[in-house]
Amino acid sequence: MELDELLLEEPKNIEFKKGVWNTSINVRDFVIQNIVSYYGDDQFLVGASKKTQKLWEVCKEGMKQERQNNGVHSVDTETISGVASFGAGYIDKENEVIVGLQTDGLLKRAMKPFGGYKVVQKALQEHGLKPSEEINELFTKYVKTHNDGVFDAYNAEIRKFRSLGFLTGLPDNYARGRIIGDYRRVALYGIDKLIEIKKADLANIEGPMTDAVIRLREEVSEQIRALKDMIVMGNHYNLELNRPAENAQEAVQWTYMAYLAAVKEQDGAAMSLGNVSTFLDIFIERDLQNGTITEVEAQEYIDQFVMKLRMVRHLRMAAYDEIFAGDPTWVTEAIGGMLNDGRTKVTKTAYRFLHTLYNLGPSPEPNITVLWSPLLPQNFKSFCAKVAIDTSSIQFENDDLMRNLRGSDDYGIACCVSYQEIGKQIQFFGARTNLAKTLLLAINGGRCEITGTKMVDGIEIDNSEYLDFDKVMANYKIAMKHVAKVYNDAMNIIHYMHDKYYYEKAQMALIDTNPQINIAYGIAGLSILADSLSAIKYAKVKPIRNEEGLTVDFKIEGDFPKYGNDDDRVDIFAHNGVEDFNNELKKLKVYKDADPTMSVLTITSNVVYGKKTGATPDGRAKGVPFAPGANPMHGRDTNGAIASLNSVAKIDYKDSQDGISNTFSIVPKSLGSTQEDRIDNLVATLNGYFEHGAQHLNVNVLDKETLLDAMEHPENHPQLTIRVSGYAVNFIRLTKEQQMEVISRSFHKSM
Amino acid sequence: MNPFFIHLNVNNIRTSENILNVHSIESFGTHDGPGIRLVIFLQGCKLKCQYCHNPDTIDTHGGKEYHIEDLVQRAIKMKSYFGEKGGVTVSGGEPLLQAHNLIALFKRLKEEGIHTNLDTNGRMLNHPTIELLDNYADLVMLDIKHMREEGFQRITGKRNKETTFNFAKHREASGKKMWLRYVLIPGITNTPELLHELGNYFKEYKTIEQIELQPYHKLGIHKWDALGWEYELKDARENTKEELTLASEILSNYFKKVKIN
Repeated sequence: MELDELLLEEPKNIEFKKGVWNTSINVRDFVIQNIVSYYGDDQFLVGASKKTQKLWEVCKEGMKQERQNNGVHSVDTETISGVASFGAGYIDKENEVIVGLQTDGLLKRAMKPFGGYKVVQKALQEHGLKPSEEINELFTKYVKTHNDGVFDAYNAEIRKFRSLGFLTGLPDNYARGRIIGDYRRVALYGIDKLIEIKKADLANIEGPMTDAVIRLREEVSEQIRALKDMIVMGNHYNLELNRPAENAQEAVQWTYMAYLAAVKEQDGAAMSLGNVSTFLDIFIERDLQNGTITEVEAQEYIDQFVMKLRMVRHLRMAAYDEIFAGDPTWVTEAIGGMLNDGRTKVTKTAYRFLHTLYNLGPSPEPNITVLWSPLLPQNFKSFCAKVAIDTSSIQFENDDLMRNLRGSDDYGIACCVSYQEIGKQIQFFGARTNLAKTLLLAINGGRCEITGTKMVDGIEIDNSEYLDFDKVMANYKIAMKHVAKVYNDAMNIIHYMHDKYYYEKAQMALIDTNPQINIAYGIAGLSILADSLSAIKYAKVKPIRNEEGLTVDFKIEGDFPKYGNDDDRVDIFAHNGVEDFNNELKKLKVYKDADPTMSVLTITSNVVYGKKTGATPDGRAKGVPFAPGANPMHGRDTNGAIASLNSVAKIDYKDSQDGISNTFSIVPKSLGSTQEDRIDNLVATLNGYFEHGAQHLNVNVLDKETLLDAMEHPENHPQLTIRVSGYAVNFIRLTKEQQMEVISRSFHKSM
Repeated sequence: MNPFFIHLNVNNIRTSENILNVHSIESFGTHDGPGIRLVIFLQGCKLKCQYCHNPDTIDTHGGKEYHIEDLVQRAIKMKSYFGEKGGVTVSGGEPLLQAHNLIALFKRLKEEGIHTNLDTNGRMLNHPTIELLDNYADLVMLDIKHMREEGFQRITGKRNKETTFNFAKHREASGKKMWLRYVLIPGITNTPELLHELGNYFKEYKTIEQIELQPYHKLGIHKWDALGWEYELKDARENTKEELTLASEILSNYFKKVKIN
């Protein structure tokens, strides 16, 4: 080679633009200074590399074994999982560009008993396993868990509301999750720097030594310990996590390691990733500009990173599946959106993440969430629509709404629909309360409609022939107020104990000391509440009562407007149902002075909520599943998809700042006759829906026939993915009952 | 309060001038004109096409009366979904049976900046129709049943195919946009001769943006049974993929765009 050529090929050495991020922990500033927004199309994307393909084959085989082995590949029963407790694990070392597994083996699950030891025992027992003798002795004799703490403090009333199904899915025997560490910090700063800053924080937390100050000092000390553990974890893989990442590959690797620390230590229901794509793009773009990598490597890093995220597993007991079906992990990654200065956060790496759904095929995880704004580049909108149509694997959320109302342009989505400013805020997850059952309290003299147990005082038993709207409404408000109080009590206990016994030290180490906290309440049964009130108001509803005077059925005379048809007469009940309950919750004091927020989201618990709820005045029979999230009840939205969307859009995000989930399923043909039309129509639908102030949309573009075929022949559909309330699942991993519920939902078809 | 709570059911007083007789409404129409459309299916049609997949819209009695302003308000609530392409399509039945009142609807929609589309068999060219076509219908989708008189009569049960062609001439002369729609039935409308005839007839037309082929299907049969009517096309079959491709190829020689709907 000639000398000139050598000179030409010498890498350029582009440096990052400096800013506030150089003098304080501020990843957002690094992004603002260095982002390269991308407005082009998807033509630059490349397929999976040979290495990636080989690795993915191993993973697919592993997942096949997992399915054949009753949903669990293998479990380590000897080790208590922590950040540094496992040595290195590989899928196929020579092909791994991004390394790291939760344990020392692919898909091998680990015990994280601090949330609740009984749950771990149960989960193991269901697979014919048990914890080692030593661990058993520790957790039966000496170590107290979050679950133990909560039940020490729960009073009789909370237990009653919990066991009768008024409050369901509370994180009192599993980890709460929902906290998003700023995993980017490890890549940008290196852990040594993060320890230095945390030590300085600790030194500044001074007396008087009140409860809060003592607790915070202890927490920060725990965080520093977790950071040191992360360095040890990195050492297992010969990675120098103590220093900043120096190139794109290291940036991806370091960020993944930080996330890995979180999922080694915690098995929270939702363990979101945040919004790493824009950040990683800056490193990738620099390496591309410097000529040290090509698009092949860039895509390879992202493919392999995403592959690792797809392999995250937690040990769950079967009962958990009722609330969160399909073994989800909610590795939610928010992609796209806008910066407050008007530039878009869309980069080539946003495309690369979405492209993994082609390179590796459809998948529920990571839970890719597109932050939608009318101002997003047109090419990107079309590409996202195409991906949604082809894979049914992504969801959309209203960036303008969240950014403007909540304030930051550097946020992720915790779990499904919950805004969280990265590194500045955390969340206390709180499952949800059953508003349909709450309404039945109002009609049954404050008693549980199934057991007759007295739940709420001050509601008279009403024996009139027809339900009177004003009377029901007044009693509903009494019931709601009381349910809110019990709910708040339970939440305070849960989060106090979670902090005490299962503190998220690794994640909190990557978040500012003493962040703002939102408590995330939730509701289920909104459409039942709205339709029931509408029936009582616009038709005549006759309760059928048993000898105890409890309602067992309702006879409806006449028609009534139903939620989901863009009819204000009933949509107002949905709107007010959310507003009223949120206002009740806002009156109540929360542990650590967290700010109350609320969601309309059910995950898959709409099935179990339905099971625990008697017949309702809207004509729903006892035990029938609720609609998921804020969706209208199956089959009642008869005026087409837009009318249905418009009804949901009327729920005010201001009243439900933890998110409002809506799942939209449509058969491909109904979206348009050609792929081009379908893409345009989906883009227009998203623009239209979000312009109405709506917050979230899951998009499924599927034929019912495909789902029916997958029930018959699961082996032919190993990667069939479908969006449910706020996340996606591998359809064949749902129970038959849940599969039937998904199939019974409204699939919009044009006439 | 969300601004999209618009109170629809203002008790508008209905008169014979301000109502339309509606069969049904689809809020997410994606096959009846460009983009996402509010499709208003009007009640009543003078033809009784053998393959009609909405035979329950034929009877001129029945249907539900809607105040025009009520329909306009529905469209306004959908405006954000229309984007640059979508809008309102009036279909049927045969919408022109209510041409006089349609003027009022389209006029209001135009005031609101909403794209209007008329899906018609073009069997009428009276004064209200001409006013509607010339002043208010941004797009017309004209249904060509058959190129020959006997075919036309067989399919529709009515005589005089020329009315539809005169309608097309009028639209062409006005210079405003038009799409053609053509139901492709094996052995009845899909022969190469007929397709060439169709192409030749319209090849000089400048207002035609595209022709939509609607492959014959039997999805409406149960509705015929429900009405107690005999479905005469029982023996017809659906098109093969090859037939669809061939038809599409032939017509692309004559039209700017051929779309299989």
